[in-house]
Amino acid sequence: MSYNIFSLARNALSGHKNWQPAWREPEPKASYDVVIVGGGGHGLATAYYLAKEHGITNVAVLEKSWLGSGNIGRNTTIIRSNYMLEGNNPFYEWSMKLWEGLEQDFNFNAMVSQRGIMNLFHSDAQRDAFARRGNAMRIHGVDAELIDREQVREKVPFLSFDNARFPIQGALIQKRGGTVRHDAVAWGFARGADSRGVDIIQNCEVQGIKMEAGKVVGVETSRGYIGCNKLALCAAGNSSEVAAMADMKLPLESHVLQAFVSEGLKPYLDTVVTYGVGHFYVSQSDKGGLVFGGDIDGYNSYARRGGLPTVEHVIEAGVSMIPGISRVKILRSWGGIMDMSMDGSPIIDKTHIDNMYLNCGWCYGGFKATPASGWCYAWTIAKDGAHELNSQMRLDRFRRGYMMDEKGMGAQPNLH
Amino acid sequence: MLIKCPFCGDRPSEEFTYRGDARPKRPKAVETEVSDEWFDYVYLRDNVKGRMHEHWHHSGGCRAWLVLERDTASHEIFGVTTAPEYARKGKI
Ligand SMILES: Cc1cc2nc3c(=O)[nH]c(=O)nc-3n(C[C@H](O)[C@H](O)[C@H](O)COP(=O)(O)OP(=O)(O)OC[C@H]3O[C@@H](n4cnc5c(N)ncnc54)[C@H](O)[C@@H]3O)c2cc1C
Ligand SMILES: [Zn+2]
Repeated sequence: MSYNIFSLARNALSGHKNWQPAWREPEPKASYDVVIVGGGGHGLATAYYLAKEHGITNVAVLEKSWLGSGNIGRNTTIIRSNYMLEGNNPFYEWSMKLWEGLEQDFNFNAMVSQRGIMNLFHSDAQRDAFARRGNAMRIHGVDAELIDREQVREKVPFLSFDNARFPIQGALIQKRGGTVRHDAVAWGFARGADSRGVDIIQNCEVQGIKMEAGKVVGVETSRGYIGCNKLALCAAGNSSEVAAMADMKLPLESHVLQAFVSEGLKPYLDTVVTYGVGHFYVSQSDKGGLVFGGDIDGYNSYARRGGLPTVEHVIEAGVSMIPGISRVKILRSWGGIMDMSMDGSPIIDKTHIDNMYLNCGWCYGGFKATPASGWCYAWTIAKDGAHELNSQMRLDRFRRGYMMDEKGMGAQPNLH
Repeated sequence: MLIKCPFCGDRPSEEFTYRGDARPKRPKAVETEVSDEWFDYVYLRDNVKGRMHEHWHHSGGCRAWLVLERDTASHEIFGVTTAPEYARKGKI
């Protein structure tokens, strides 16, 4: 059923008692053309674009828990395409373009809000680096503007402009950046895939990969054996574990990233702001809570909760950027497991196994990539080769020496 | 997390700098034939879920390099030794 003004009216007249579930809960079939491991944003988007763009509908998405239980339901919902490097920028910009048409495309309100993103800078060197990034973006046709201190003050007057040590000098802004309701992205892609025939199978953990003559023939799961012609891994923070089932060792470490939401406030902050001194970024949700986060805790972790030192660090950075929030109470904090890659960039590629594909390495920036990741991964699976947009997101780039190190940090994942 | 430094006693984790998995051995040779080993050492990770041996530097304390056995899923710490001791014995 399509969601529109007429279906809303019809259901309102019957007391909203006849809405149908947005997707089915099918039993797994014996086998599928494509099995996707992981029902996060990227797995669901992949299934959606496989069906929509390539007409491949005999597809299952296997999710070990409930849909949206992973990072797709845990992130701070920021979207942007302010990337600098050749292999990254056109990809993230394509993602931004998909976001811009997504709600009409999958007929679901994902609350895409292009409220803009503002990256503050505090020194001449930082300004130059941001100007360079902005120029790289503009060369790629992406919107970027460098604004000065007074223009920042006009937009966000309550920042700490009097900080003597780290004065706000200005900001790089991308007006098309913003936020999107994260759960709704999972739900919208799930519904869109399901309505095209994809089976979304929850509480179905992949526990083994079965190979015959060098090819994958199926997966062992907590709900029995499921055969497949192609296997697409998409397990984010658990990618190493899943790949190990096919004897693959990945260039990844799993780390915990925390996020926080405050009590509801009146409308206060109408854009996303990132701090250039400490690691802190914040936006205000439509319910009024300030949604914010900082850096990963910095040590390997599969626990979806972080440590107090990072909580303290994030909040100190926040208070130093917006002194006024020292009086705001925090409602909740949580953590998600990030698939940190060695150069901070993702992998969307074929593997050395003929019919197995890999999507991972999203670090803490994979939410904004969700539509393009699904779009490119679907292409890679359907055509058995990368699209130009993900042609540099290769697994073998580390061996070949073609890193995509946006931050210039080197092969140490806890620094990206 | 509290880490029991053999020299300083129980100290909060934020006094330490994390390096990661302590098990992989740095390849000795520099010849091209061993480039696979180097690739593996620099870029690939077992990314252990469960008990892991890892290097922590007490950078905000006595500056000793330590090796911890820690569960990456529960953050429980099972043992601590110094890096030279670990290199000699290969265990904690
Ligand atoms: C606190 C936090 C804040 C973030 N903020 C942002 C942000 O502001 N902007 C941004 O762009 N990105 C952000 N991110 C990153 C982003 O959320 C992730 O990069 C992205 O969601 C990862 O892709 P996914 O949605 O497919 O992952 P997930 O939702 O984690 O999907 C992976 C799924 O695989 C399943 N799975 C794992 N193993 C198996 C198995 N063996 N069998 C079956 N299923 C399995 C998991 O249960 C999980 O549901 C943030 C992340 C966190 C944790
Ligand atoms: Zn010490």
